[in-house]
Amino acid sequence: MIAFKDLTKVYVMGEEQVAALAGVSLSIDRGEFTAVIGPSGSGKSSLMNILGGLDRPTAGSYHFEGEDVGHFDDDQLADFRRRRIGFVFQSFQLLPRLTAMKNVELPMVYAGVPPEERRARAAGLLDRVGLGSRKDHRPTQLSGGQQQRVAIARALANNPDLLLADEPTGALDTHTGEEVLALFRELNAQGLTLVIVTHDLDVAGTARRRVSFRDGHIVQDESEAPA
Amino acid sequence: MSTMRRIDLVGFAAGAIAAHPMRSALTSLGVVIGVAAVVMMTSIGLGAQQRVTKAIGGLGSNILIVRPGAARAPGQGFVFQAAGSGQSLNDGDAAAIAAQVEDVAAVAPSVTGGAQMAADGTNWNSRIEGVTPDYLVARDISIAQGRMFDDREARQGKKVIVLGKTVADNLFPDVDPLGRRVRVGTVPFEVIGVLTARGQSGMGQDQDDVTLGPLQAVRSRVVGRRVKGDNVQAIYVKASSGDTIDRVQEDVTNLLRDRHKVRNGGEDDFQVQNSASILEAMQASTQTFTVLLAAVAAVSLVVGGVGIMNIMLVAVTERTREIGLRMAVGARRSEVLYQFALEAVTLSVVGGLVGLIIGVLGALLMAKLGDWPIAIAGWAAPISLGFSVIVGLVFGAYPSWQASRLDPIEALRRE
Repeated sequence: MIAFKDLTKVYVMGEEQVAALAGVSLSIDRGEFTAVIGPSGSGKSSLMNILGGLDRPTAGSYHFEGEDVGHFDDDQLADFRRRRIGFVFQSFQLLPRLTAMKNVELPMVYAGVPPEERRARAAGLLDRVGLGSRKDHRPTQLSGGQQQRVAIARALANNPDLLLADEPTGALDTHTGEEVLALFRELNAQGLTLVIVTHDLDVAGTARRRVSFRDGHIVQDESEAPA
Repeated sequence: MSTMRRIDLVGFAAGAIAAHPMRSALTSLGVVIGVAAVVMMTSIGLGAQQRVTKAIGGLGSNILIVRPGAARAPGQGFVFQAAGSGQSLNDGDAAAIAAQVEDVAAVAPSVTGGAQMAADGTNWNSRIEGVTPDYLVARDISIAQGRMFDDREARQGKKVIVLGKTVADNLFPDVDPLGRRVRVGTVPFEVIGVLTARGQSGMGQDQDDVTLGPLQAVRSRVVGRRVKGDNVQAIYVKASSGDTIDRVQEDVTNLLRDRHKVRNGGEDDFQVQNSASILEAMQASTQTFTVLLAAVAAVSLVVGGVGIMNIMLVAVTERTREIGLRMAVGARRSEVLYQFALEAVTLSVVGGLVGLIIGVLGALLMAKLGDWPIAIAGWAAPISLGFSVIVGLVFGAYPSWQASRLDPIEALRRE
């Protein structure tokens, strides 16, 4: 489904050029649950940004289901994110003045889904992540774990092909973090492709495949045999 | 292809505005004040124009006024010399104009003086004008009651008068004035008619506070000390139509230069004013005045726009993370741009609507308090709303563009 070939990302910092990704080749199949691991500065965030269509590679190719995402323009990338990707962030990134429902509806608004259908789907998704009774709460009225569940429901709003989570448990305590990871496993069991970016090896242990980064290179790629 | 429904953009803009009601109200206030000021100022200007038109209209249509004395310097407009200070016009001039100038409908020489008037137990201080019967034709005045004196009576200097409505009401509050005697100064006159009421002139003068008497009698018995012999203080010349008035003016001027033996290049000892040109000049000046007022008011509209830009820039900074998130979930840059632009336009248009209402109410209030004609331009509504849309677009453009150019990765990282 996802194919990176010789991917590089170079940032220009004043006079200096910094290679965040130095020729990375990687492929991920549909239905996989992958953890991208590495210390900060290893290039894993750059990989995630390119993978999610928030950024473009400096060189190399990125194909997603055969589409040449690496050469998309801004509008094509926006459409790609809307149709194919669901993001989950460390800091949840919910809009504070909107209710849980409205937050989940947001991606569907950009997809042009009519209001009644939006509401029905958002309600279904909140039920699915176990927040059926908190639909009209605002983020400030929810705990961290609940907020991250709303964010996950939002990420699923447009039926993405890939759910991309950046340190999804980084702002949660161990117990609620476990619950969120359990939810990810459940979603993966239902067939969703997931990529989690983390520096936490315990979190990475949840995934069935672990890709380790250091200095812009893949240093290890290990998979568990399917259970 | 963008898939978003346009109506949802409106929802976004409304939601953002409703999230900060106080801030939104204050942001719109600049446009409220700007639009209200434009509407009120143009109303004042238009009111002034109507006043001027009415004032000049009170002179009569297609009329030339010939007065003694040199024309004034341009800057002084039509400030006349004191009555009687020029003695260069006389009955002969009036007769010559009537006899020799073509396309003249009426010629009416006139002398004027203030006079204390007394009837049985009542008195009134007014103005008496000595004229010929043609005066009514020239000035477009009619008789309400009784009759005007005729040419014979005028020539003979018969002591009869026609009262203006105000004079009649004050001298004869309870009785029919016809046939009654009125002492003008020390001279008794008989009332033979009452003029149709004309109301206030545009300048606020009571046009009915006047009495007409035969030229000869008034000149010799009432204003005699100030007007010698057969001199007159003004000659009203009515042209047959608006098309001929310019030529009549030229002919009258040439005739009088000839009669008064003014040499080529010499200064006229009289002046001829044309009601149309007076009107034109006055209207031009009130129009300038209106444009000036509107321009000053428009500055406040621009200031209002700057206020919108300021708040929108703050909003973009405050909502950087929101913008990043919207982009991450699939908003195109253009959709972010439209959202913020629509927010700015909505703030501006709501301000424009409120300003329009306040402006119209303010203009009505001024009209009521200041006794000023009500003149709210019909185009006030479309123009002020159009301008508020433009102000919103112009001053919302830069902040919206900034929002749309944000890098989603940077924006999401912002605290």
